[in-house]
Amino acid sequence: MSTAVEDTFGGAGRRTFAPSLPGIWRNGLFAAGTWFLAAALTYALPDVITWGATQLFAVLALAGAGIFLALSVTVHRLGGLGRTLVHYGPWFIVLGLWLAVWEVLTAKLGWLPKPFFSPPQGLLHVYVTDWDRLLICVAYTGRLWGLGFFSGVLVGFAGGVALGWSKRFAYWGMPLLKLIGPVPASAWIPCTFFIFPSTFHASIFLVALASGIPVAILTAAGVSQVNRSFYDVARTLGADNRFLIFKVAIPASLPNVFVGLFMGLYYSFAVLVVAEMLGAKFGLGWYLQFNTAYSAYANVYAALIVMALICAGLVRLLFVVRDRLLGWQKGIL
Amino acid sequence: MMALALAETAADSIALDVEGVSHRYELDGKDLQVLDDVSLAIAPGEFVALLGPSGCGKSTLLRLAAGLETPTAGKVLENGRPITTPNPDRILVFQDATLFPWRTVRGNVATGLEARGLVRERKHRIDEVLTLVKLEGFSDFYPHQLSGGMAQRAALARALVNDPKLLLLDEPFGKLDSLTRLRMQNELLDLWKSAGFTALLVTHDVEEALLLADCVIVLSDRPASIVAEVRVGQPHPRRRDDPNLVALRRSLLEKLGISHDV
Repeated sequence: MSTAVEDTFGGAGRRTFAPSLPGIWRNGLFAAGTWFLAAALTYALPDVITWGATQLFAVLALAGAGIFLALSVTVHRLGGLGRTLVHYGPWFIVLGLWLAVWEVLTAKLGWLPKPFFSPPQGLLHVYVTDWDRLLICVAYTGRLWGLGFFSGVLVGFAGGVALGWSKRFAYWGMPLLKLIGPVPASAWIPCTFFIFPSTFHASIFLVALASGIPVAILTAAGVSQVNRSFYDVARTLGADNRFLIFKVAIPASLPNVFVGLFMGLYYSFAVLVVAEMLGAKFGLGWYLQFNTAYSAYANVYAALIVMALICAGLVRLLFVVRDRLLGWQKGIL
Repeated sequence: MMALALAETAADSIALDVEGVSHRYELDGKDLQVLDDVSLAIAPGEFVALLGPSGCGKSTLLRLAAGLETPTAGKVLENGRPITTPNPDRILVFQDATLFPWRTVRGNVATGLEARGLVRERKHRIDEVLTLVKLEGFSDFYPHQLSGGMAQRAALARALVNDPKLLLLDEPFGKLDSLTRLRMQNELLDLWKSAGFTALLVTHDVEEALLLADCVIVLSDRPASIVAEVRVGQPHPRRRDDPNLVALRRSLLEKLGISHDV
């Protein structure tokens, strides 16, 4: 499962294409062209209504065009970063085109219904004027996610090891886990809000539950599936139970644990936003709901982009950690 | 200091005595007897081969000697004391190298020392043993990067670094190609001569038993009992086409129930 995830999200950056023309990066030139087009349309045509940061957006698009122009001759001297840029060349072209079309359809022609579709300068305006509140929301969401995810993973991992290792633990624990595990964490919301002293604690618990359960299930499965002969070998070499758990069972089950971690990560995002929409005072989920209520859709889109970047960044980070810890497995994968 | 020096030369090896051992497993509620009244005595430093059809219970005998299991009836003794738990003095090498895939070759070899908290004071032994099995250039490789022969050498090194007094080998070369197997047999023989441990080798390869062992014990089909005990008097190095060995091979095959024309 984790390999499939990586093929979809992580592996793309590693393949490289040979540059077609030595010295000049053609796709860079094209990207500079489309970005210049977006800048020119923004600057030259009048807006249907005022959106805020129109000038700034034109300047930024122009700056983007300038950067691609500069890169088109220097990219081959940038080593690994250059190769990644070249790989994503077609994306940069399409991105410029997308900006131009988006700009024209919303700000310049007003074809798309107004409160729901915001032009790029509308989003930019949000970042320029509301950045402090967004930042606070990111910090609040980060705190909630961090506390929930890490406590959930810690408890889930420890519980999973115990369930996989000890028969007595498994006897009492496994049925409970099998019963509670499939219930979506958000179904617990009604109970959690009167069990816990504050909505903040309840939200932490929900995120912890969502991320901890898949980790617990997969860790337990991983530990109980460890090849018995590894234990035999370690025991004849003088290993005690502690060594068997920490130096044999846990490393052997780590590939499974990481599958659980990826699942837990995705579930934690899902629950995070739901939890923040219920009675939180700050946070990205709250920001989304608050601004939807006021029909401030530019703010909603702006927050969604921030959220997408953060979630994708965390997934990427987990891949990096996994590749570091499971390097020994590369031949098997 | 004295003890350490002694351990490193591995001058002292173990006498292994198996007295009237029977062993049974319970499989799916059915009682399965694998050993039936087996008795044998192995002198310190001796090389003994257990020969028998596959699945006859040879491996069980090794597990008992390693202390991974205790026999249903009878006694397994090291130097007269009963064996109840595993101990790094008696190390088992499996048919599959069973290296820990998350550890490098060096990490695998260090496992025994690490488990007993001896890594720091016996660090030099790791390098010595790696050189001994000709893996000194591969200490940072992971098991999946090794060939079958190299993996089995690493498994041997992992055993030898503990200076075992009894080495239990469960068809250690069974899965290697025939050329690698010949080379590894000679290497094992050299290691045995230089380190002086007692060796108990389980195999179903008659030639392997005759080339290596001082004494070949033939076991029957399950439940295993001893059919014959044959002394091999020839000095090492032995040649496969030595007429004495050829004659012994024929008689061993007969005892295993295989006709002359093989």
